[in-house]
Amino acid sequence: MTTDIIIHDERDNVGVVVVEKITPKQQCSCWIMENDKTIKIQSINEIQLGHKIAMIDLNEGDTILKYGHDIGKVVKSIKKGEHVHVHNVKTKKW
Amino acid sequence: MKIPKSFLGYKRENGRTGTRNHVIILPVDDISNACAEAVANNIKGTMALPHSYGRLQFGADLELHFRTMIGTGSNPNVAAVIVIGIEPKWTKKIVDGIAKTGKPVEGFHIERTGDIGTVMKASKKAQEFVMWASEKQREECPISDLWISVKCGESDTTSGLASNPTVGNLMDKLEPLGVHLCFGETSELTGAETVCAKRGATPEASEKFMKTWNSYNNFILKEATDDLSESQPTAGNIAGGLTTIEEKAFGNFQKIGSCKFIDVLEPAEEPKKGKGLYFMDTSSAAAECVTLQAAAGFNIHLFPTGQGNIVGNPIEPVIKLTANPLTVKTMGEHIDCDVSKILSREMNLSEAGDELIKITLRVANGRLTCAEALGHKEFVMTKLYRSA
Repeated sequence: MTTDIIIHDERDNVGVVVVEKITPKQQCSCWIMENDKTIKIQSINEIQLGHKIAMIDLNEGDTILKYGHDIGKVVKSIKKGEHVHVHNVKTKKW
Repeated sequence: MKIPKSFLGYKRENGRTGTRNHVIILPVDDISNACAEAVANNIKGTMALPHSYGRLQFGADLELHFRTMIGTGSNPNVAAVIVIGIEPKWTKKIVDGIAKTGKPVEGFHIERTGDIGTVMKASKKAQEFVMWASEKQREECPISDLWISVKCGESDTTSGLASNPTVGNLMDKLEPLGVHLCFGETSELTGAETVCAKRGATPEASEKFMKTWNSYNNFILKEATDDLSESQPTAGNIAGGLTTIEEKAFGNFQKIGSCKFIDVLEPAEEPKKGKGLYFMDTSSAAAECVTLQAAAGFNIHLFPTGQGNIVGNPIEPVIKLTANPLTVKTMGEHIDCDVSKILSREMNLSEAGDELIKITLRVANGRLTCAEALGHKEFVMTKLYRSA
C-alpha cells in the first residue's frame, strides 16, 4: 500500500506528505521511520508533497517535534490532520 | 555492497590526487578578469576563473582572499596554473603559495605591459602548460585519496527525510576507509547548534564549533533589522514545506550521518589533522560554500537538493542528488543521483547510500557531472567586510 506520510521519530507530532498531494478527509497511511510502524490519520486540508500534517491536536505555545527535536512553536491552534506551516508555526530563534 | 578500494585519479607532485586535470587561468583581482578570459579563449583546454574582488581588501578579509586564491590553485584537481594580476606583489604572493605544491605555476602582471602584451606572454605559457598536462594519465589510487565535501541547497522536507540522510549513509560507510570529509553552513545549523556541538570528536572540537557559531549568531543579531524569517528559510524552502530555521537545520545535519568532526576549519583552510570529518565555517550560499571547500583541497563534492539548486564549481565536480520526485521530473538534467524511491519506500537508505557511492566513484574516475556538462562554473569569493 502507498505510504502517504513519513514520520521521522516516534515522538514527532508532525509528519511529511510524500505523495504529490493528499486531499481533505483522505484516510492516509503513515510510516514511522524510527520503529518501522504504520499508523493511519484522516486529513483535514489538501496538503502538497513535502508539507507537514499535525499528528495530534496542538495548542498555541506547544512545541513542534520533528527528528525528535524542537523545530518551533505553535502560534495558532492546530487540529489533528491539519496542514502545519508558516501560518500556524514560528521559529523560536528570532 | 562491497565498496571498491580504489579509483582512477591524477597523482600530483605533493602526493595529493586529483579527480580532474584542469589548467586554470587565475585572476588575482577583478580588473584582471578580461586578460585571464582572453588567455583562456586563446588556448583551448584552459579555463579562466573570473571573480569580483581582490582590490583594497585588508586584514582577515585580505587573508581569506589570498587563502582562497592559493588554495584554488593548489587543489589537486588543477594540474597547472597561470596567475594574472594588475600588480606584481600580490601576483607573486599567490604564485609562491601555489608553487609550494610543486605544480607548474607562472605569474604575469599587467601594469607597464597592458592587456595585449600580457595576454600574449601568458598565452604562450598557458599553451606549454596545457600541452604538458594533456599527457597526464589517470592511475589507480586508494579510495582514501578522496576528499569529499558536502553542502545542501534549495532544501525542502525531502532533503531532511531522504537525500541528506543518503549523504550521511555514504559518510558512515566511507569514513572508516580513511577519506577526508567536510561539512559547513554555519548559519544553517541554527537551531541544531547544541546538538551539532555534541558531535565534536574532542571537547576542543565541540568548543571551537560553539565559538564559531556564537560569533556568527552575534553578527546576525547585531546586523538584523527585523526578524530573519524573510531570509531563513528562503521562499524556495517554504514552498517546499520547510517552516522554520530549526527544521531546516535538523534536516541539514542529517548529512553527516553518525560521524564526529575532528576539527573546525576557518573558511578555505586546508585540514591538517588527517583523515576524518571536518566542520568548516562557511556561508550557506551554495557557490560561496563550495568555492571555500574546493580552496581547502576537497576534490569531489556531494550536493543534495530538494527544490532543485543547480550549482557547479569550476574545479571541484559537484554531484547533485535529490529525493524530490517533482525535481527529478522537471529538472532531470541537473540530477546525477535520483533517490526519490526512498519516499515511495522502494529503496532503503543503505541502498541509496550505495548508489551514491557508485556515482561518486564514477565521477572520481572521470564521468562528467550534470553541472559540468551544463557548464556550471560558479566561482564566488567570500568577502568578510567592506574594502579600505
